[in-house]
Amino acid sequence: MTERLPESPSQTAGPYVHIGLVPNLLGISGLYPHDFGASPIKNGAMGEKIRIVGNVLDGDGTLIRDALLETWQADAGGRYPGTEGADPNVTGWARRITDLKTGAWQLDTIKPGAVPGPDGASMAPHVSVFLVARGINTGLQTRIYFADEARANAACPILSKADRPDTLIARQTAPGAYRFDIRLQGPDETTFFDI
Amino acid sequence: MSGLLPRNRALHPPALTPEYRSTRLRAPLRPLVALPSTLSEETGPVFGHGMLEPNDSDLIVNFTGTPALGERVIVHGQVRDEDARAIPGALIEIWQANAGGRYRHKNDSYLAPLDPNFGGAGRTLTDDQGRYRFLTVRPGAYPWPNGGNNWRPMHIHFSLFGAGFGQRLITQMYFEGDPLIALCPIAQTVPEGGVDRLVARLDMDTAIPMDALAYRFDIVLRGRDQTMFENCKEGL
Repeated sequence: MTERLPESPSQTAGPYVHIGLVPNLLGISGLYPHDFGASPIKNGAMGEKIRIVGNVLDGDGTLIRDALLETWQADAGGRYPGTEGADPNVTGWARRITDLKTGAWQLDTIKPGAVPGPDGASMAPHVSVFLVARGINTGLQTRIYFADEARANAACPILSKADRPDTLIARQTAPGAYRFDIRLQGPDETTFFDI
Repeated sequence: MSGLLPRNRALHPPALTPEYRSTRLRAPLRPLVALPSTLSEETGPVFGHGMLEPNDSDLIVNFTGTPALGERVIVHGQVRDEDARAIPGALIEIWQANAGGRYRHKNDSYLAPLDPNFGGAGRTLTDDQGRYRFLTVRPGAYPWPNGGNNWRPMHIHFSLFGAGFGQRLITQMYFEGDPLIALCPIAQTVPEGGVDRLVARLDMDTAIPMDALAYRFDIVLRGRDQTMFENCKEGL
């Protein structure tokens, strides 16, 4: 048996996370030529182009304007980047912030396919989210599912374990357009995973 | 892909830590839904050396080329998983205040001035032994609004990626001997003295005479299940 080490404890990313992770979005030029995670897709990515927009709200319903979200997703065929046969034009990972003034975040991507899940089951199309901000001690894990995938959602082995699955389903507002708000507290508190 | 070990949440701060005031309205109050990892957590983005600039890990010169003001320090260490295996190719991104305790951020209006030659961020990839090294200046302590006379200890923010998105970790590094650690509501969110594992040790063996002091900060990321095959059948 090898030595077992305890995972390093998490600490809040704080209000100045932008300096470290997306300095160009903050208007700091001179550090890096490009921020990492500017887009999860490249030109030529296969699949339906979609836009997901939303807010992040605190327990008073106030918009959080200092949050950073990272998203990770499969390609249109349900293959994760780096795995066999994956679309080379899908990097799958993005960094988004809630706008410092408006509090809105937006992700332009392609709709992911269903992904193989536990025990041969299939996980409904989804985008994984890692959310940090001042006042969040440990980065929060959640998932964005899609309202127009009702059958796949009903059969998803992960979504079915969520106690409030409705909080994980992005509402379709137009073809290719979705809205997904994240609520940190309250009666509609978003389901967060430890997964 | 092998499964990720379940996170031991007792090692991490609880979501709600009222002494750190911002958690009061931002901490989810319902329990997390705990599930075994899936492909969505076991895979993750891959970063390569081609994505980095040569000076990205040297915060003293990576902003303008002219050296930043402050006490020169090397911050280095090793990234391993819970089974003590080195993690090569891990992306580490750091950010910090300047030597006076001021961040280059439009929302920071502290009295201490900006240093025109200090940006305050760096990034690197761990080598094949999981090792990393930054050159920077020691960040200053600074006051912050938390309802009292609150000061952040000297600290550097660390963001880390393992091979899977579910290993993602953001934390902070403190400096050995800083008396403000024990007084900081954020540092003290870590349960049962665990903050000690976020305190970098003075490392005179690595310090460079007449040049830079050194601190060592080792980091442990969530591990991978070695017995995934057996557990799989009993999983979800």
